[in-house]
Amino acid sequence: MTDNRVTNIVLVGVGGQGILLASDIIAHAAIEAGFTVKTNEVHGMAQRGGSVVAQIRFGREVFSPLVEEGAAQVLGALEQIEALRFAHYLAPGGLAVVSRQAIVPVTVSMGAGTYPQDVPERLGQAFSRLICVDAAQTAAELGDVRAANLVVLGAMATGMDLPAEAWDAAVRQCVKKQYLDLNLKAFEAGKATA
Amino acid sequence: MTSVKLLSGNAAIARGAYEAGVTFAAGYPGTPSTEILENIVQYKDRITSEWAPNEKVAFEAAAGAALAGARVITTMKHVGLNVAADPLMTLSYIGVEGGFVACVADDPGMHSSQNEQDTRHYARFAKIPIFEPANSQEAKDFVGLALEVSEKYRTPVILRSNTRISHSRGLVTTGERRESSRATGFVKNPPRYVPIPMWARQMRKEVEERLGQLGAEADRSPANRIEWRDRSLGIVTASIAYQYVREVWPEASVLKLGFSYPFPDGLIRQFAEGVQRLLVVEELDPIIEEHIHAMGIECEGRRWIPGIGELSPTRLRECRAAMEGKAKVADTGAAPPFAADLPARPPVLCPGCPHRGVFYALSKHDVVVTGDIGCYSLGVFKPLDRLDVILCMGGGVSMAHGMSKAGEPRKIVGIVGDSTFFHSGITGLLDVAYNRSSVTIIVVDNRTTAMTGHQDHPGTGRTLMGEETVAASIAEIGRACGVKRVREVNPYDQQATQKAIAEEIAADEPSLVVSVAACPLRERKRIGLQRVILPEVCKSCRACLKIGCPAIENVGDKPQINEFLCGGCGICQQVCKFNAIVTVEEEP
Repeated sequence: MTDNRVTNIVLVGVGGQGILLASDIIAHAAIEAGFTVKTNEVHGMAQRGGSVVAQIRFGREVFSPLVEEGAAQVLGALEQIEALRFAHYLAPGGLAVVSRQAIVPVTVSMGAGTYPQDVPERLGQAFSRLICVDAAQTAAELGDVRAANLVVLGAMATGMDLPAEAWDAAVRQCVKKQYLDLNLKAFEAGKATA
Repeated sequence: MTSVKLLSGNAAIARGAYEAGVTFAAGYPGTPSTEILENIVQYKDRITSEWAPNEKVAFEAAAGAALAGARVITTMKHVGLNVAADPLMTLSYIGVEGGFVACVADDPGMHSSQNEQDTRHYARFAKIPIFEPANSQEAKDFVGLALEVSEKYRTPVILRSNTRISHSRGLVTTGERRESSRATGFVKNPPRYVPIPMWARQMRKEVEERLGQLGAEADRSPANRIEWRDRSLGIVTASIAYQYVREVWPEASVLKLGFSYPFPDGLIRQFAEGVQRLLVVEELDPIIEEHIHAMGIECEGRRWIPGIGELSPTRLRECRAAMEGKAKVADTGAAPPFAADLPARPPVLCPGCPHRGVFYALSKHDVVVTGDIGCYSLGVFKPLDRLDVILCMGGGVSMAHGMSKAGEPRKIVGIVGDSTFFHSGITGLLDVAYNRSSVTIIVVDNRTTAMTGHQDHPGTGRTLMGEETVAASIAEIGRACGVKRVREVNPYDQQATQKAIAEEIAADEPSLVVSVAACPLRERKRIGLQRVILPEVCKSCRACLKIGCPAIENVGDKPQINEFLCGGCGICQQVCKFNAIVTVEEEP
């Protein structure tokens, strides 16, 4: 028990994309693997279509629920430019998993800024270890676009040292029964992209 | 039997209330406090829980229950305690019988609030104890400790959470429920419960005596502890800041305060004497620091620790570097090239939001709009840009009245939500009617308390515990207040909404418009059929972009509607002059 390393995970996206569920699953997978865990999530006004971030930290002993900038081993993004916005949270050499989904902010419609046209190039500059997934499309093919979060999570899981059984148990604990099959498939599909 | 669960601070507070034998809980939703009562509902066989119309009512209801001997909690966000400040200040005098804990959640950093006030001032102001948990386990345990202190000293107690405590989750060891041994029943005792001046003067003395006894209690409390490590630096800290301190100064000795007011002077003195240098790390105001200075003890705090915004390990690392005279890591403040010029993504009115119909109709008029607290605060953003000032809950109604009385030449329109109207808009509307200002008040009634995550209120016909009940009518309340011009509109019908708003703005007397349409997020379904823009018909006039709908994307030559986001409300279709927007069924 001398290993005091804490694993830091950051999940980003747009309000309503299912970040809370993904965060919940990571936390439960860590508990299944015998770690203690802290998470932090955004509620309230910021959720209304704004940028949202969830943070998960697990290890033998965890104090702060907040991940420090430059300290995350894995960054998962359910929207591609949100990955760029929060890239500074990732530790050098950390894994970034990015859904290719683009959600254009309403600010762009008002002419206050443009949605970058060179996202793949920017992602390449930002991240040395990068997995891009067609999460929305994959989830839609599996039956429901709302399972895109689990596709991203499946790919993120490859960057975390947690056993497959812990992930399986966590998904079963956190997902409602009627969506379990879909979510397990989405998770596996994500894992296969890595 | 104990078990270990992953709980948010709010869920842990609810669990703590359950285990400590609480039988009544009342509150008003407010981020970050809302989920305390939402979690307490799961214990409804033992705890009666209620959404009150506002925090003052919740506080008073809980006070009544505590005077009848029940163990109670009341919940609210920091600004909610302002609304409940009146009963707070005098409940301190008359005291309680059953334990009374006000669970108040601050919002340092203003993630979802209009100010950053520090609730600890209220503890000192009302001369009552305050507990500050630093994680979910303490959030649960401190409810029980606070209730015991409350009953032992017959005092209301504040349990202060904040955004990071309430919305962080951690492992919590839970236990069994212990019922209160106190018999329920109010025992008549006027000198104790009636603060008319002759008795209030006696109570005033007792409050001061109690405060002294509570200071000694804080010194002995298991909620306060010294962690001796290296003695060259000792840090006094509380709440979430404790966790950040442990990350940033792992070697330092720490005095961790959980029962932080009245100050545990004995512990503070003992700790100060045991360390070479004393630092206070507290979020928001320098309350502990000023007290330690007042004790005549040398300490540092605000010199290094910022008082604006929330703390974080990252911020405290900068403080530590500055204290140690280390050069700050070169930070030009510029984003790396890949993150340069990213479009901002502020919160926005959702696709399909009924408020959009009202703000768009208002955008046709040169009026002053006094707004209020709720999702409709977002009407301030471009392109709708139809909200000019926000003060507080209910302020949109009363400010409209005052602005009109000041002689503002433009028409004043006050906008308030349904839950906010019941909270404190009704008294403002009485003022409008009674003192006769020709303002137009619009209640954007989406049939729920939307911003905080869809809580019921006196207009929904349902209680927190899921029971059917009477539904108060906003229009009837308006008439009862004395407003003659009262009408309801459907905000998705732009023609009707624009007509109603134009007519009421033109009226020379008080008027009330109730815009009724349920929040589609609560219903979790599209309002109507998904809409599409026909590129061959679209003239690129971009009128549809003026409604500020996140589903309409301005990416190529012509706007297009994101099929996943479209809420099917059809407002865009009504503003398109070229009939280029149709339902998916009409799409050729």
